[in-house]
Amino acid sequence: MAERTERKEGGRPPAHGGRRGGPHPGGPRRQFYRRRKVCKFCSEKIDVIDYKDLKLIGQFVSERGKILPRRLTGTCSHHQHVLNTAIKRARNIAFLPFAAG
Amino acid sequence: MRKYELMFIVRPDTSEEDLDKLVAQMEGVVSGAGGKVEKTDKMGRRRLAYRVQGFQDGHYVLFTLEGSGDTVKELERRLRVTDTVIKFLAVRIDEEQKRIDKVKELRAKREARKPRPKPVQPAPFAAPSTAESSPAPKEQ
Repeated sequence: MAERTERKEGGRPPAHGGRRGGPHPGGPRRQFYRRRKVCKFCSEKIDVIDYKDLKLIGQFVSERGKILPRRLTGTCSHHQHVLNTAIKRARNIAFLPFAAG
Repeated sequence: MRKYELMFIVRPDTSEEDLDKLVAQMEGVVSGAGGKVEKTDKMGRRRLAYRVQGFQDGHYVLFTLEGSGDTVKELERRLRVTDTVIKFLAVRIDEEQKRIDKVKELRAKREARKPRPKPVQPAPFAAPSTAESSPAPKEQ
């Protein structure tokens, strides 16, 4: 993390004003560094995503009972797929709501 | 033979005895249809995430069973007919288990290979020299 920060500051100034071409090209591009999101199931080596494991699955559902998108949770494509199945099963057996609130 | 996991929810107003009777009956259905119940787990009474037939909670029962598709078909039919059962879900688990075992095996192999660490590949010295020589003709 720190290594990455240093490289960004020490590197040559971007000629084209940053990656996304923000409002301040060349200026303070990112004040804070977002933690790099990694797939929880890959990093913790969770093999089974069980629909009965509410503690685990509950982390990937919003307060309204919606499945959180990958861009928010950082889950990899494969595990998101498996997770979706598990959440849908949990909904079917009334562990999770289809819609809440 | 395939492995299944079947969960069903019984109405909250059934007594403990009736529940036991029902579970025994369903186990009978499985063995009657050429299957075998490996594990029965009464998970107890818990709250439902949404109303089912007007009920806010129910008794959860989990079967782990071995049998063919017809076994499950018959069991599902019986559950559907039984009034005290308000919901059920059958999931096939043997193929998933096979996949997990494979992953575990792979991981174990990788772990076994780890102890003799190989150094990172030596930096390719040849590559930069060619890169430096190529722009030179352009300048001339």
